[in-house]
Amino acid sequence: MEFISLLSYTAPIGLAAIGEVLVQRAGVINIGLEGSMLTAAFFGMLASLATHNPWIGLFAALLSGLVFTLIFGFFTIKLAADQVVVGTATNLLALGLTGSLFRSRFGTTSQLISVPRIPSWGGFDPLMILMLLSVPVVWFLLQKTGWGLAVRACGEYPKAADASGYSVNSIRFQALMIGGLFAGLAGAYLSLVIAGSFAENMTAGRGFVAIAMVTFGRWKPHFAFLAALLIGYAVSLQYKFQTYGSNIPYQLMIALPYVVALLVLVVVGKGSSAPGALAQPYRKDK
Amino acid sequence: MKQLRNASFPVLLLLILVVTLALFRLPVVDSLKLLFAGSFGDQYGWSRTAVKSTPLLLTGLGMVVAWRGGMYNIGGEGQFIVGGLCGAAVAKWCVFSAHPLPVGLGTALILTACVLGGAGYAWLAGWLYIRRGVEVVISTILLNFIALQVLGYACSGPLQEVKKQVPLSDALPDTWMLHKLNRQMDVHSGVFMALGVALAVYVLLFRTKLGYKIRLVGENARMARANRLDVDRSRLTAIVLSGALCGFAGGIEYMGMAGQVGAGFSQQWGFLGIPVALLGGLHPLICLGSATVFGALFAGSENLARFTQAGATLVYVIQAVTVLGYVGIKAVSDRRVVQEAG
Repeated sequence: MEFISLLSYTAPIGLAAIGEVLVQRAGVINIGLEGSMLTAAFFGMLASLATHNPWIGLFAALLSGLVFTLIFGFFTIKLAADQVVVGTATNLLALGLTGSLFRSRFGTTSQLISVPRIPSWGGFDPLMILMLLSVPVVWFLLQKTGWGLAVRACGEYPKAADASGYSVNSIRFQALMIGGLFAGLAGAYLSLVIAGSFAENMTAGRGFVAIAMVTFGRWKPHFAFLAALLIGYAVSLQYKFQTYGSNIPYQLMIALPYVVALLVLVVVGKGSSAPGALAQPYRKDK
Repeated sequence: MKQLRNASFPVLLLLILVVTLALFRLPVVDSLKLLFAGSFGDQYGWSRTAVKSTPLLLTGLGMVVAWRGGMYNIGGEGQFIVGGLCGAAVAKWCVFSAHPLPVGLGTALILTACVLGGAGYAWLAGWLYIRRGVEVVISTILLNFIALQVLGYACSGPLQEVKKQVPLSDALPDTWMLHKLNRQMDVHSGVFMALGVALAVYVLLFRTKLGYKIRLVGENARMARANRLDVDRSRLTAIVLSGALCGFAGGIEYMGMAGQVGAGFSQQWGFLGIPVALLGGLHPLICLGSATVFGALFAGSENLARFTQAGATLVYVIQAVTVLGYVGIKAVSDRRVVQEAG
């Protein structure tokens, strides 16, 4: 039971981080991950509200996570624009878009909307299972398939991938699309599994924490998942302390996962396992 | 090509404005009229635009210095908050004590605390990057969330107002607020300080040795290193200056407009400095223009409340799409230049 609730605190960050491992191994940092998650959470909620069917909500979340990530991909891969600049802009776009749509539909009063949630069995929900399964699957994809080798080549030394006949940009797009689907799952987990609702900026930095966990997890899916578990544990602590009536101020407990994320980065540093061409756009003519 | 790019910007902005309004099913012409009336329609509009542009300009300048120096500071928000927080903490001691300091000295102390607070918080991110290789983008974002929670804690804990009823710090007395030209309007002396700071940042970046070093390291760290420049030191300077500017923005907001700090102290001002800086071409003086445009949008968006409750969040959409449009045009035209040259 304890472990299941730990998994549920972990899932939003874990799902996003596993997808982001794949994206970063291809040489792209999806700084817009946070925005993709937020958009997915919003449209998942909206679709579930409109159709009374959480599975359609999940589908809408996946689709919007994908589309939003593709916007990021268009600018950073196709146009070779700076990933930090574009990511910052798409995050702002997600915040503004979901905020505006939410406010114009439901007003600024914080009325609680409740939408059908994805069912769970004793706290065990299908997305959680998907997360556990995706760890070995992504590992297998990366390490044991030709496509995975191409992805890693694009991240380490894109010229080599290009020379062996792969299109660097399409491989990166493919990795990014899978990452977008994972971002969609992560967003759906927030609005359709945990909350059954939506609040402005409800991702609250989880996308960035997920990116930090990819670094901490040394760009490996299993380690990134373990890193996300650590954050899940930090989140669970905050509820534990509240129930025990500890006199540690609750704001400082909310800050705990971010502090943990920062501290692990300080401890592990950058190291040498980062993909060699991380965050560098690839152009054939250069 | 470059002229075309600069000339296309206002057209692009207007186009995005119209499309966004239309997509949200707002009456376009009426909305534009209201936006304009609320931002430049009369002296009150101008005044609102000026005070909304001020924090945008200062945080935007902060981003210019950091990004020019090759440090992707996304932490303007955290540095803004820590600045305001340090100001409120010093105010607790020099305004709300049994023996308050003279206003002039106290104001100087509070603003200094804001600047130092923002600078210190940014220094942390710079140090983490240089010593531990922690990406500035990630660390500054995480620090933003930490700052926000510390703010929430401080204004319902140690800095809470005397009556302990609402989660806000004590409101500064009117005599302690920055001087206003006209009691009916919002324009305060901080607006003019910000203009001065913009000029100072320009001089620093383009007319001093230090600024040259910062830009050189930002543009080509390898070349700078080959020329025996202390790259780490220059990067640290850039991000600390950037934090100082954001902290100052927090101080001006605290002493000029808010008068107290609470959980809603920053309306994303630190974060919005990024679009201001980018559309200002990372140039301090062009940022005057981009900050004014976005400040005007925020000032005018309050008027849109008649049609929609989305107001300020719509401005985020417009800003984001403008940045994407700008980036897109730049990428395409850069490519064309390369092709023409090749």
